[in-house]
Amino acid sequence: MFHRECGVLKTSYEADMALYPLPIARWTVGALAVLFFVVLPLTLHEYYLSIGNLVWIAVIGALGLNILVGYTGQVSIGHGAFMSVGAYTAANLATRLDSPWPVNILAGGLMAAAVGAIVGIPSLRIKGLYLAIATLAGQLIIEWIINHVTFISGGVQASIEVPRPRLGTIPLASQRQLYFFLLAFVVLAIIATLNLVRSRVGRAFIAIRDQDIAAEIIGIDIFRYKLLAFAISSFYAGVTGVLYTYFLGIANYEQFQINVSIDYLAMIIVGGLGSILGSVLGAMFITLLPIVIRLSMEAFGGMFLEPQTVMNLIPNLRLMMFGALIIFFLVVEPEGLNRLWRNIRNYFRIWPFAY
Amino acid sequence: MRLRLIVLLVLIGLAGVHAAPAAANHEIVIGMQCDRTGATQIVGTILCPGKHDYIALVNSKGGVEGHKIKALEVDHEYKVPPGVESYERHKKEGAVSIDVYGTPHIYALAAKLTEDRIPGTSPGFGSAAAADGIRYPYIFPIAATYWSQGTAAVDFAKKQLGGSLKGKKIAYIFYDNPAGREPIEVLEDLATLEGFTLRTFAVPPPGVEMGAQVLDIAQRFRADYVIAHLFGGAPAVSIKELKRVGYPLRKVIAFVWGSAEANIEAAGGFAVAEGYYTMQFAGVGQDYPVLKEIREMYKKQGKPAPKEMASTVFYNRGVLIAAIHVEAIRNALKAKPDGKITGVDVKAGFEKISNFTLGGLVPPLKITPNDHEGGGLVQIWQVKGGKFEKTTDWFSAYPDVLAKHIKAAGSK
Repeated sequence: MFHRECGVLKTSYEADMALYPLPIARWTVGALAVLFFVVLPLTLHEYYLSIGNLVWIAVIGALGLNILVGYTGQVSIGHGAFMSVGAYTAANLATRLDSPWPVNILAGGLMAAAVGAIVGIPSLRIKGLYLAIATLAGQLIIEWIINHVTFISGGVQASIEVPRPRLGTIPLASQRQLYFFLLAFVVLAIIATLNLVRSRVGRAFIAIRDQDIAAEIIGIDIFRYKLLAFAISSFYAGVTGVLYTYFLGIANYEQFQINVSIDYLAMIIVGGLGSILGSVLGAMFITLLPIVIRLSMEAFGGMFLEPQTVMNLIPNLRLMMFGALIIFFLVVEPEGLNRLWRNIRNYFRIWPFAY
Repeated sequence: MRLRLIVLLVLIGLAGVHAAPAAANHEIVIGMQCDRTGATQIVGTILCPGKHDYIALVNSKGGVEGHKIKALEVDHEYKVPPGVESYERHKKEGAVSIDVYGTPHIYALAAKLTEDRIPGTSPGFGSAAAADGIRYPYIFPIAATYWSQGTAAVDFAKKQLGGSLKGKKIAYIFYDNPAGREPIEVLEDLATLEGFTLRTFAVPPPGVEMGAQVLDIAQRFRADYVIAHLFGGAPAVSIKELKRVGYPLRKVIAFVWGSAEANIEAAGGFAVAEGYYTMQFAGVGQDYPVLKEIREMYKKQGKPAPKEMASTVFYNRGVLIAAIHVEAIRNALKAKPDGKITGVDVKAGFEKISNFTLGGLVPPLKITPNDHEGGGLVQIWQVKGGKFEKTTDWFSAYPDVLAKHIKAAGSK
C-alpha cells in the first residue's frame, strides 16, 4: 500500500503476486497496525474513538460496494437496503433465538448476499444507468417490505433492540471496546478484499468490467460472476449492517434509507473506483470531513461573528464546504484520492532527481 | 510518504483536541441536537433559536441556582451517524441531559442513553412506548406522544361531531413511515370503543403526492372527520389538496408536526387554510411572559428581537424544550447544591417536574418515575382570521386506552 520501490525487479510470478512487494511495505503495514491498534485507542478520548467507529463501519461498506461498482463495473444504488437486510436478519436472530454474534454476523451477511444476488439478476441484461435504476427499485422494495412486514420489522416501529455483543462474559458496550471489535472486522475485510481481487474471481470481475463480451469469449461465465459480485458485495453490506446494529444496539429501518446508498457511492467515487486504499480513504474522507469542518468552524467562527449567527451558519457553511471540497478533489484528480496519493508517491519516487 | 499520512492523522487528531474547549467548572452542559439543514430544517431553523434564547435568558438572570447553563448545539442534518457522533461529543463535554432531535435518533441512542445514564428527551416524536419510565428509565418524551395525540384527536372529533361518534366515518391520513403508522393501533381500538368506521390512507414518502388519497377521503369514503399526521412539506400539500376537492378544513385536525405557521404559509397563507384545526404541545402566539422577557433581554443588549419569534409554534416549542431541561437541572441542583450533578440526578430532576407552566406556554405537566410523558396534554388551535385562535385548553383523552397500549408495549 504505502511503499516505494526503485524499479521492477521481479523474476517470478510469486514475486509479482506478493501482497508485500518490498520489506518496507510490510513495515508500513506493521506501523499502521501499531498506530490503529495501540497508539490511537490508548491515547484518544472515547469521543474520537466513536468517530473512528463510524469510519470503520463505513470502510467495510465501502469496500463491499467497490467490489461491485469499482471492480466489476455494475452500478448499484441498493447498498443501504442490503445493509438493512443484514441488520434485520441479525436482530431477529439475536432477539428470537438468542444466538451469539458470530452466528448473527455470518447469517446477516449470507442473507444479504442471497437478496443481493436476486436484486442483481437484472444486471445480466442491462448495464450502466439502467442497472442503477433497477437496483434503486431493489432498494425501495426492500425498504417497503421491512417497513410493512411486521414479522421482519418487529412491529410498526420497524425497530428491534439487540443485546450488546459479548466476548466471553464481557458485553462490548463502550466505544473503546467497540473500536477493537470493529477494527478486527476492518482488517478481515481488507485482507479478504486484497486476496479476492488478485484471485481468479477478482480477475474475472475486472475482465467483466473492462469488456464483458471479451470476458465471455475468454471463457468467463458472465452469469455466474456478475451474480457472485452482487452476492459478495451484499455480503459486505450485510455484515456492515449487522455491525452498525451492534454499534447502536438497535436495528431501525430509517438508518438504511436511500441517502445511505448515495453516501456510500460518494465514498467510493471520491476515494477511487476499483481500489482498496481508495475505499478506505473515501470512507474516511466522507465521514471525517463534516466533523473536521465543524470543529474548526466552532473554534474560529466565534472570532468574527455572534454565537447565534455562528450556530446558524455552521451547518449551512459546512454543507457548502463539503460539496465544494468534493468537487475540488474530483477536479484535481477525477480518479479519486487513491490516484492522488499515487501521483504524490510517483513524484517523490524520483525526487529530487525529477527530469 | 507513509510518515506523512501518519503525521496528517495525528494533526487531524490534534486539531480536534484543540478545537474542543474543556468545559469550565460548574457550568452545566446540555447536549442539544439540531437540524438546521436536513430533511426537517423547516422545524430546526426556528426551534433551535428558541432553545438558545431561553438558555440565554436563564443565564442573563444569573443561571440556575447560581450555575450557568451551556447549551452545546450540534447539527446532524437529520442523519443518524452524525447524530451518534454528536451524542458522543456531548458526552465528552460532560452533558447531563441530551435534547435529542429526530425519531431515528432517539431510537439509535436509546441503548446508549440508558447505558451511560444520561436522560434524553424526545418531545412530540419518538416512541410512544417510551412514556413508560420503568421500561425506558432514561428516555423522556416530555410532550404528547403520537398515541396521546391520536386519542386527543378522536376526542376532539367526537366533540365537534356532536358528542357521539357512533356510525361516523373518520379518515386517518398519514405519512407512511413508523412514526406515521404508530397511532393506528390506538385509533383502531377507539373505533371499536366509540363505534366509528376508521379508514387509513397512507401517503408514501416524500409525501408530496396525495391527490388520490384526498379525493378518496372527500368523495368516495366521504369522511365525517379527517385526522392528518404528516411531516415536512406534506401538511401544506394536504391543505391544498383538501381545499381543491372542496373538503371543509374545519373538519380536519392535524397532529403536532403539521401545525405550524410555516406549514400554513407553505399551503398559501392563512386565508387559504381558514378553519384548519391544529394540535399543539406548547402554547401558540406571543402573549406569554417568558417571551416578553426574551424580547426585553434583546432590547437591553440593544438588538431587535430575532425574527424567528414571529413563527410562534416552533419557537415556543423550542422554549418549552429548553425550559423543561433547565427545570430538571434546577430540581437536580436543589438536591445537590454543589453543582456536581450527573445524568442520574437530572433524571430524578425530570421526574420531579410538576405544575411548571411558564405562564401558560408549557402545559401543566406531571412527570413521574412511571410516566415520562407527563400527561400527554395538548391544545387545539384553529386557523381563523389570519392567525391561530385557541379552541380548547390543555386536555388529554382516553387514559385507560393509552395505559393499556403502553403496558402491552412494555411487556414485549
